[in-house]
Amino acid sequence: MEKILIGRPLVAGEAKGRAIVSRQPLSFWGGLNPGTGEVIDRRHELSGVIVAEKVFVLPQGKGSSTGSAVLVEGIRVGTAPAAIITVRADPILALGAIVADELYHRTVPVLVLSQEGFDSINDGDYLVIKPDGRIEVRPYRESSGDESWDS
Amino acid sequence: MSVSLTEKDKKILSGRTGAAARLAMSILVRMAEVYDAPRLMDVTQAHIDGCALMCDSGLEFAETLVARGARVSVPTTLNMIPLDLQNWRKQNVPEEFAKKAGRIASSYLAMGCVPTWTCAPYQGYLTPRFGQQIAWGESNAIVYANSVLGARTNRYGDYMDICAAITGRVPESGLHLKQNRKGQVLLRLANIAPQLLRDDTIYVALGHLMGGLVQERIPVIEGLPLNATGDQLKSLGAAAASSGAVGLFHAIGVTPEAATLEEAFQGGSAKEVIDVNYTDLRKAWSELSTVEEGARLDAIVLGCPHFSYGEFQQLARCIEDEKGRSLHRGVRVLVLTSQTSYALLQRGNFIDTLLDFGVEIALDTCVFHSPIISPHTKVIMTNSGKFAYYAPGELGVQVAFGGMKDCIHSAIEGVVSWEKSIWKRY
Repeated sequence: MEKILIGRPLVAGEAKGRAIVSRQPLSFWGGLNPGTGEVIDRRHELSGVIVAEKVFVLPQGKGSSTGSAVLVEGIRVGTAPAAIITVRADPILALGAIVADELYHRTVPVLVLSQEGFDSINDGDYLVIKPDGRIEVRPYRESSGDESWDS
Repeated sequence: MSVSLTEKDKKILSGRTGAAARLAMSILVRMAEVYDAPRLMDVTQAHIDGCALMCDSGLEFAETLVARGARVSVPTTLNMIPLDLQNWRKQNVPEEFAKKAGRIASSYLAMGCVPTWTCAPYQGYLTPRFGQQIAWGESNAIVYANSVLGARTNRYGDYMDICAAITGRVPESGLHLKQNRKGQVLLRLANIAPQLLRDDTIYVALGHLMGGLVQERIPVIEGLPLNATGDQLKSLGAAAASSGAVGLFHAIGVTPEAATLEEAFQGGSAKEVIDVNYTDLRKAWSELSTVEEGARLDAIVLGCPHFSYGEFQQLARCIEDEKGRSLHRGVRVLVLTSQTSYALLQRGNFIDTLLDFGVEIALDTCVFHSPIISPHTKVIMTNSGKFAYYAPGELGVQVAFGGMKDCIHSAIEGVVSWEKSIWKRY
């Protein structure tokens, strides 16, 4: 069953993709390789996972203030997540998306979602994000194998 | 909420003061929405982290601003750049890389920034004063400015710092406002031996532990020695701002907004109290290393954040304590620092102790941002929690964490050794 969640858009836009969910915060600099989109924080539960073109769902960012530069570079190169959803507003991540939007006119939506909403998203769910903050969630089991949802 | 702008803000946003200022202001206005700020406010100083990372978008952003006539409107210091301008050839940095790094540096100079090129701007030129409203980038500098100096900045990410420097404005929000600076979590150091509390490594272990525990909340530490040094607080903050999103901590009797518990919590009380004991700290200390004792060592990296004169003095003492024993063949000892601290070092009387031992000193830069560590490097030892946190991901190496004494002793042995460590005795 598809469900609808309502997030607060820090950077509004449209995006869709499969969710990669982490229960741990991540510093984008020192944590994500902007050349490949790989999580490189070797202490992180997603170490080795590629987040490019996925909807990256995590509690919040942390660590380095260079995180925004890594996101801008990822957006320029095309390795950035399709969208980012956090529980706590993360200005460093929002800033990266805003600067990339101003510089390259490419929008990676950044949304804040309630803890309850965050907890209801599972790894692999297919998410469709709307500019008003609506998030359509198609559960993994129903959406897997249906290629039309990936196109 | 929509942000309300002054006439001057509107004038900047309309482009009447130039295209660069307009771009900076439009980013700030969008960020004001992110922060849920009712209006913008003045800052009187900035520190730019945006010059640190070598990437095409960073260079493009800086050169776009210059091309559109950007000038900073407040005194603005610069973080390290991806190049040691004096020694890059000796460090085998590729020419192409050096050229691009040089363009990043010149762009920020063209905007009128001060070439401090350090990630420890609080130990150099233009140190902010208590209560001063500033816009700082660089996570370790932010936490030091807020916590130890009592200046006020949010955790600004790359490129917002220069936008604030150009316009002299930031969203009125977060740690700029006194009511948002009160403590939230109380960390009580319980039954820790005083000898242990004097050791530098405990500050790093505590910082590493604290960041993971509190994430973005404001911790208040009770039980830190009143004579904790600036260098110790710097290593604590740097570690906490790596494992967590800490932008401000208070330490009772040590930091300027926390003479008493009541002051630190601004009359309120802790939402959570955590007792930190010896076992917690020892676990945090050991978590920082990814190799065992005895692992073959390739390099020592010190100066993350940049070394102060006091840390150089300490390093010279560690070398002297080894009584003429020499560096193990094949092990590099690299120290990162600023030109400001290096100028003091050159005027001091012990630089030969360092150079004779084989210490290499890199200026203005960072091993995470400039390719001065060989890609064949496998194991690095460090006294920095921040370096230990990031090196496995950024450099693809294994790390050992120890005090400065451990580092120098290990460099002589050629293998990771904690023989000198206080943790072996307590």
